[in-house]
Amino acid sequence: MSIGKLLVANRGEIAVRIIRAARDLGIPSVQVHSAADADMLAVRLADESVEIGPAPASRSYLDTDAVLQAARATGADAIHPGYGFLAENAAFTEAVRVAGLTFVGPSAETIRLMGDKAAARACAADAGVATVPGSGGVIVDMDEAGALARDLGFPVMIKAAAGGGGRGIRIADGAREFERLAPQASTEAKAAFGDGGIYIEKVIHDARHIEVQVLGDGRDVVHCWERECSLQRRRQKVWEEAPSTALDDDLRDTLCRSACALARSVAYSGAGTVEYLFEERTGAFYFIEMNTRIQVEHPVTEMITGLDLMAEMIRIAGGEPLRLHQEDIRRAGHAIEVRLNAEDPASDFMPFPGTVSELALPDGPGVRVDHCLYQGYTVPPFYDSLLGKLIVHGDTREEALRRLARSLAELKIGGLATTAPLFGALLPEPDIRGNAVHTGWLEHWLASGAMTSAQEQGGRAA
Amino acid sequence: MGKDIRSRIPGTFYRRPSPEEPPYKDAGDTVAKGDVVGLIEVMKTFHEIRSDVEGTIDRFVVEDGDPVMAGQTLAVLA
Repeated sequence: MSIGKLLVANRGEIAVRIIRAARDLGIPSVQVHSAADADMLAVRLADESVEIGPAPASRSYLDTDAVLQAARATGADAIHPGYGFLAENAAFTEAVRVAGLTFVGPSAETIRLMGDKAAARACAADAGVATVPGSGGVIVDMDEAGALARDLGFPVMIKAAAGGGGRGIRIADGAREFERLAPQASTEAKAAFGDGGIYIEKVIHDARHIEVQVLGDGRDVVHCWERECSLQRRRQKVWEEAPSTALDDDLRDTLCRSACALARSVAYSGAGTVEYLFEERTGAFYFIEMNTRIQVEHPVTEMITGLDLMAEMIRIAGGEPLRLHQEDIRRAGHAIEVRLNAEDPASDFMPFPGTVSELALPDGPGVRVDHCLYQGYTVPPFYDSLLGKLIVHGDTREEALRRLARSLAELKIGGLATTAPLFGALLPEPDIRGNAVHTGWLEHWLASGAMTSAQEQGGRAA
Repeated sequence: MGKDIRSRIPGTFYRRPSPEEPPYKDAGDTVAKGDVVGLIEVMKTFHEIRSDVEGTIDRFVVEDGDPVMAGQTLAVLA
């Protein structure tokens, strides 16, 4: 049941990435797009394109029927969802299967299980993976939850079971605040996700975010080592690395094995990521969630392993067994990715859509740019602000940092404000050079006004 | 020649703070400088649009949920 034609149900840089992987496998691609995206790079690169609706994502990229209709009309027999949009929508995955098409990703059951963050926690615990101390599942009784929160010790996080990716999270610093926030969080979760279920977790202070890439074929699972993504703003990652310098080989081995154990326990199929908080002080790691899709930061793993994760997940969806044994997956050197968003770091990361007046991309040894830009392209205001990712690789982390500095100096995106100046300002920081960071580090650094020097140098990438 | 209220940023225009709530302003309402007349969603973030003119709103020329370009007129004053 190998794939004959692949429909790309996404946009932006990840759509370009999928088309390239498909083409490398000899598979033609169909790019669907909204009316606002008719001139995006992925449309230009794909073998065919189909307009599936107007600008709002709810009436185009999230319109299940329109996507399936485009597949039928073009004879595509498989659908790649990328990340976001329909990537972790179990009902869509099921509809794809019912339509007789192949979904590039895990089963609807796995997506549903891991999408329910409380159920995923229980699943991880069953697989022997440590979870953040908290309520075992969804909170039923608010009084009991209050007592549990006091036992855990404040602050505690209140999370939406249907949330994930940093959405639907509140932090209560004390009992009174908990009593106020918990019902509010439930009401908001109901409104935002259609499910008011909430659960609570102890806050792990100064934790690092470390995640493990896995590949499974429904029978076996291998890991492709870890990534560290501790630099975050508003719970969104902005800088990712592989490997994590915070782990020694024993801890790395334990962490990667635990991710495989969880993926194996659900007979995982496709590319997935198991996310953890790592408490450096104690050496403890705690499961947060499993993402059942390709992730934005997958290239850092590709850079240290030499694998093409996108191609591997397409092969698996096409029915091929895993081509890799664990011992074949070696890592070499160090990779760093920074996210280039159309946001102005000099004015509180205000979104900055517009037209690309000039484009010069860095190049040379150890440099890769995954992006969706061309000169004259107008970035529409309707979607995520991610324009692309600058990824560098070196034999050592020091070499990767030097290549990042060189690449940022070579990069010019005219006509837009981008987050590139943020990374230029971060590079000289001793904590960045030493990777002495945690998930709260960047916001604290930004709040201290440390971006000011970058603003003085001209916050917009010229 | 009536005055109008424009959006300085491109995005999707919303006339209500949330789908369950009433519109910020309706045709016939008076506006003062600084009054919020709607929201613009740009790249998944929401920004309040404030009037920099005063008077009575004759009509909105952009529907709730419609895309707008930077500088586009949202409402015309009587």
